[in-house]
Amino acid sequence: MARRVGRISPFNITALALGMAFLYLPIVILVIYSFNASRLVTVWGGWSLRWYHEFFNDRAMLDAAWMSLRVAAVSATIATLLGTLAAVGLVRGERFRGRTLFSGMLYAPLVMPEVISGLSLLLLFVALNAERGFWTVTIAHTTLTMCFVTVVVQSRLASLDRSLEEAAMDLGCDPVQAFVRVTLPLILPAIAAGWMLAFTLSLDDVVIASFTTGPGSATLPIRIYSEVRLGVKPEINAICTMVIALIAVLIVIASLAAKLSSSEAKSAAPL
Amino acid sequence: MSARRIFAQPARYAAIAPYLWMVLFFLVPFGFVLKISLSQTAIAQPPYVPVFDFSEGWATINAAFAQLSFDNFRLLISDSLYISSYLRSVVVAVTSTLILLLIGYPIAYGMARLPQRWQPIAMMLVIVPFWTSFLIRIYAWINILQHDGLLNKILLALHLVSSPVVWLSTDTAMYLGIVYSYLPFMILPLYATLSKMDPSLLEAASDLGSSPLQAFWLVTFPLSLPGVGAGALLCFIPIIGEFVIPDLLAGSGSMMIGQTLWLEFFTNKDWPVAAAAAVALLVLLVPPLLLYDRLQRRTLEGAK
Repeated sequence: MARRVGRISPFNITALALGMAFLYLPIVILVIYSFNASRLVTVWGGWSLRWYHEFFNDRAMLDAAWMSLRVAAVSATIATLLGTLAAVGLVRGERFRGRTLFSGMLYAPLVMPEVISGLSLLLLFVALNAERGFWTVTIAHTTLTMCFVTVVVQSRLASLDRSLEEAAMDLGCDPVQAFVRVTLPLILPAIAAGWMLAFTLSLDDVVIASFTTGPGSATLPIRIYSEVRLGVKPEINAICTMVIALIAVLIVIASLAAKLSSSEAKSAAPL
Repeated sequence: MSARRIFAQPARYAAIAPYLWMVLFFLVPFGFVLKISLSQTAIAQPPYVPVFDFSEGWATINAAFAQLSFDNFRLLISDSLYISSYLRSVVVAVTSTLILLLIGYPIAYGMARLPQRWQPIAMMLVIVPFWTSFLIRIYAWINILQHDGLLNKILLALHLVSSPVVWLSTDTAMYLGIVYSYLPFMILPLYATLSKMDPSLLEAASDLGSSPLQAFWLVTFPLSLPGVGAGALLCFIPIIGEFVIPDLLAGSGSMMIGQTLWLEFFTNKDWPVAAAAAVALLVLLVPPLLLYDRLQRRTLEGAK
């Protein structure tokens, strides 16, 4: 028996602990200061919900938040639909004409600088003479986020055992039935995860929304961004904390759904 | 086998809708960027002189080609503002990628060495910040870095400095913000290659007389190079075009190309020059994108 080399050393532990602290401490500090009673962001004046109050009385901020939630929900839903279809086409469609271009178009936005995506979509909307506002931002976000959905669903679909679909078809299902009854339930956790990723990405975007929105329809990140440029405001801490809470709830739901569906799959397996 | 072939046909039909969507909202818009980058600035709404107008048939196209203007690109390579923002983008992206590698590698290595049952939790912990808003995470740092922020308070309390240090609007703050935002992109590919590594290789190295450090440099590091490459490119490519982080955290001295584009578009309302800057940025991105694509392909083939 050789000396155990695989053991974790104090150096490894330190690197991990420092890394995690680096990732999480700023967010924790932000959340704590959102409950600060003091107007000065950096002076602790005791616990208070004052800045949450402020937000719920800030008409412009509320409008922006409502706009963002609607854009995120609608664009995430369209993106999930299109992204899932794209993943099915890429994984199950095998070879077809234009496949390279298709996958290229789906991967490029993942790393494309947002300033380019935003500018190019705006120029399209101007050329089409489209009125800029809710729908132009929604279309822009759909285009970006469907690529993320495709990647998430694609990796799940590729790891799926194809013999299940083949068995369903041997038993008399047509391909569409086989997909709906066998494949779809199995990839549902990935589809749900894709929707949530699309939702959070849309809720986060400043750059593309700035290019594609019109006057009077600012999204929440655009408002936050313009406030932040002017300096730190305690109300922003409260808004950010609520966004973090919303995303945390979504992540918990997603992981519960994944757990539930995997235990269902296990109980169904012996059949 | 036959079942597969029957399945492939309807699956291809599934691709039609997303295909058309991407052509219309991803590919076609690039055509517009290219077109407008070649047109002349005008004080109008929209602020450019159209180059191609197909409404009058193909006869106009020859005339249109005659009035194509490369002025915007000439401006890009003659004005030092653009050249310096081009260079700054590359310098910032290279520097940040190196810092990310130095910080991300030990973390990924530590994760890969954790007991099996802890690894998914550690991975989850790295992914979660990616889900929380990017803008919020930058804002969190502004809270900490501002003049009377937490960092200065701690430094003053520890008597490490005698007066508050200016952190905001400096390159230090910008690098901090970039490293903070992109760290998960670096850790995950590194962890993916490091966790797949066979530990018996290290045992063999130590049996043959290597010190742990030698074993790391001779065995672990070379084998993790695909992960290093993937992580570096995944960070380098988006950092080049970064706008929000330098705009909020760096000083107003020199700009990255994304900021120049933003300024031309929103402040100067010079759409043709903004479009030309977008084309230039794209050109800058082509080599790393091709490299990334090749690397991914090699990894996929290696897995087969």
